[in-house]
Amino acid sequence: MAALRFTLLQAALSALVSCLLAIPLARGLARRRFAGRELLIRLLAAPFLLPVVVAVLGLLAVFGRSGPVSAALAGLGLPPLSIFGLHGVVLAHVFLNLPLVARMILQGWQAIPAERFRLAVSLNMPPSAQFWHLEWPMLRAILPGAAATVFLLCLTSFAVALTLGGGPAASTIELAIYQALRFEFEPGRAALLAALQFALCAGVTGIALRFATPPAFGSGLGRSLPVPAPKGWRLGLDGVVITLATALLMAPLGVVVLRGLPGLMDLPASVWPALGRSLVLALASAGLAVGMALVLAQAVARGQSWLEMSAMLPLSASGLVMGSGLFLAVFPALSPEAMALPVTLAVNATMALPYLFRLLLPETKALLADYGRLSDSLGLAGMARLRLVTLPRLARPLGFGAGLAAALSMGDLGVIALFAGERSETLPLLVQRLMGAYRMEAAAGAALVLVLCSFALFWLFDRWGARHAAA
Amino acid sequence: MKSIPLAAGFACLATLAAAETPVLTIYTYDSFASEWGPGPAIEKGFEESCGCDLRFVTAGDGAALLARLQLEGTATKADVVVGLDTNLAAEAAATGLFAPHGLPAVTGLPVPYDDRDFLPYDWGWFAFVHNKGLANPPHNFEELAASDLKIVIQDPRSSTPGLGLVLWVKAAYGDRAPEIWEGLKDNIVTVTPGWSEAYGMFLEGEADMVLSYTTSPAYHLIAESDDGKTSAAFDEGHLLQIEVAAKVASTDQPALADAFLAYLTGDAAQSVLPTTNWMYPANLPSSGLPAGFETLTQPGKSLLLSADEAAALRDSAVEEWRNALAR
Repeated sequence: MAALRFTLLQAALSALVSCLLAIPLARGLARRRFAGRELLIRLLAAPFLLPVVVAVLGLLAVFGRSGPVSAALAGLGLPPLSIFGLHGVVLAHVFLNLPLVARMILQGWQAIPAERFRLAVSLNMPPSAQFWHLEWPMLRAILPGAAATVFLLCLTSFAVALTLGGGPAASTIELAIYQALRFEFEPGRAALLAALQFALCAGVTGIALRFATPPAFGSGLGRSLPVPAPKGWRLGLDGVVITLATALLMAPLGVVVLRGLPGLMDLPASVWPALGRSLVLALASAGLAVGMALVLAQAVARGQSWLEMSAMLPLSASGLVMGSGLFLAVFPALSPEAMALPVTLAVNATMALPYLFRLLLPETKALLADYGRLSDSLGLAGMARLRLVTLPRLARPLGFGAGLAAALSMGDLGVIALFAGERSETLPLLVQRLMGAYRMEAAAGAALVLVLCSFALFWLFDRWGARHAAA
Repeated sequence: MKSIPLAAGFACLATLAAAETPVLTIYTYDSFASEWGPGPAIEKGFEESCGCDLRFVTAGDGAALLARLQLEGTATKADVVVGLDTNLAAEAAATGLFAPHGLPAVTGLPVPYDDRDFLPYDWGWFAFVHNKGLANPPHNFEELAASDLKIVIQDPRSSTPGLGLVLWVKAAYGDRAPEIWEGLKDNIVTVTPGWSEAYGMFLEGEADMVLSYTTSPAYHLIAESDDGKTSAAFDEGHLLQIEVAAKVASTDQPALADAFLAYLTGDAAQSVLPTTNWMYPANLPSSGLPAGFETLTQPGKSLLLSADEAAALRDSAVEEWRNALAR
């Protein structure tokens, strides 16, 4: 029960803080134009793509006992910072999830037709009125889903909660599942706990989605016009927010890069085949996830709202439980080693589905409301409609989402560890094996390769989306 | 008419399969089979003489290995399992999946150990590893608790060394274990899910000491030429971890499995283990221990819980640990 309370508390706090910080950040990024803005927006996704162990070590290097923050505090005569405890868990979750929420909200801002802002300005609306009439409805549509996503992610958090929680007081349900399955071998108990976690997630998702109301802006010309940017103290505030968020998110990333560079020299040869397998898996699962999300988002936008639940619930499924279930399903009919890569592909695509779905849904709904009747009256259907209407209008979230799915799959360790045989090692598994063999430096190098490749994949997809959205 | 060539094809395939070299499937933990572990050398050495194809199938650690076997039951393809330890042995024996190995007891252990099913292949003492520069290394758990040294440990619910530590305190202090944990509470920086996170954090300078093995400094000395690490000798004794291998009763290659177990405890494999698995060999090879191992801390006293004791104590010891630290 203590585990349940801690799980809920840290997940709620993480979701709340991530969302509260993401709003000013996304707003600043939406209305300001500065050198490196595009780069910053893309880099923002990077923390989310880090393998958890790497992210935790990066955070520790910055906020830990021998990190620069503690050194600065010591310079002021203050005791060193302790990152361990509830605040550490929340900090790590915010580090990992704030960028995702900021991107989701930024998508929302970009989806408000720029004509509406210009109209508001020409009506002499002050920024506060613009907020209530234009931005608040958009936030009401996006925030509940985004908050639910973060909440569910943190609910199933295992390594972060345990490592930074500082002790068994910070136990989560996921740990109890792990223990039941791995140490006590009580599949029944594990299933019971997984069901509890699942029910919890379904409840939270249901509640959050009730609060989401679709905005009704109508369609715009789809031109990208500059959003009005108020001057004065608001400019300064946006600047401060963007700078602080960048520092929080980029410092641990910088450490990951610095730590990895020396390790690049003594990378084992097995990095390259592992990288190849990871890349293929990433591309395939991105494709699969995009297909599933498009179909589900269309169906939900057309009123099949019960499907929304099924698109969100993969978030609440523990990777270990999914892996073990699949293992039991394929065994002994098929050899688990032969199934390692296909199963990983399926699980990774399913795990990425909720993000893609959340990104696509608001814009799919808007698309249907704005262009649905026109398309129907023109008799536009099937492939032609997909090609002429759906894909161009959804290019931005599609590109971002596909990039996210590919990168998430690159970094995922969950299922492959259960199935892996001799010849199916992926890059995250290799990083873990290097660490297990005392080779921390080579592991940091391999982790850097992993991060760079995930990010490159993400970048390519995201740019594709942005370019097609602009065209 | 179509069915005749098809049937002929199947018959052909069947003869091909029969003519193939026999496959010996070994379940082991990740780091044993990884390219830095003992796996590759042992595979090469054994395949030279066995006329077989040795294949490793891996799980995360000893506990994961056992869980996987329990999932698979008698349908498992495993012929041999390498990497359980004495703390898991009772549970493993209770599955009834293993067969007697029939080999003589190993001779290189600091305490006698002879089990019908489980054959030791290497062993080590749990210990707190620290940098040589550490001012006042503690001599027992009570000194550690009284000091303001910071330690990182592993969670007994998800990690084998973590469980080892909990049993170590229990073996050394019995009913006083909760009191010891109470005292250690303010020394523990954090509890990690596995060994690598904890060891990584120690190397990053997040803690003064980390729970590992007395043999860990040998890695830094031999592989990195860094003699800056050592481990603290505790006068209440150090718990032993004895890693064992066993033959799976349902194996279709019993002769090969027996041959492998003999090879694993023989000279060739035993001389590979110290510098790949970073543990002590279960039978001292004729070449002796590798240079550098003589610098390692030698505990004055070894503690070992029998498989049944470990199984009986485990749940209550973990519960005591949790209660003391969660408060």
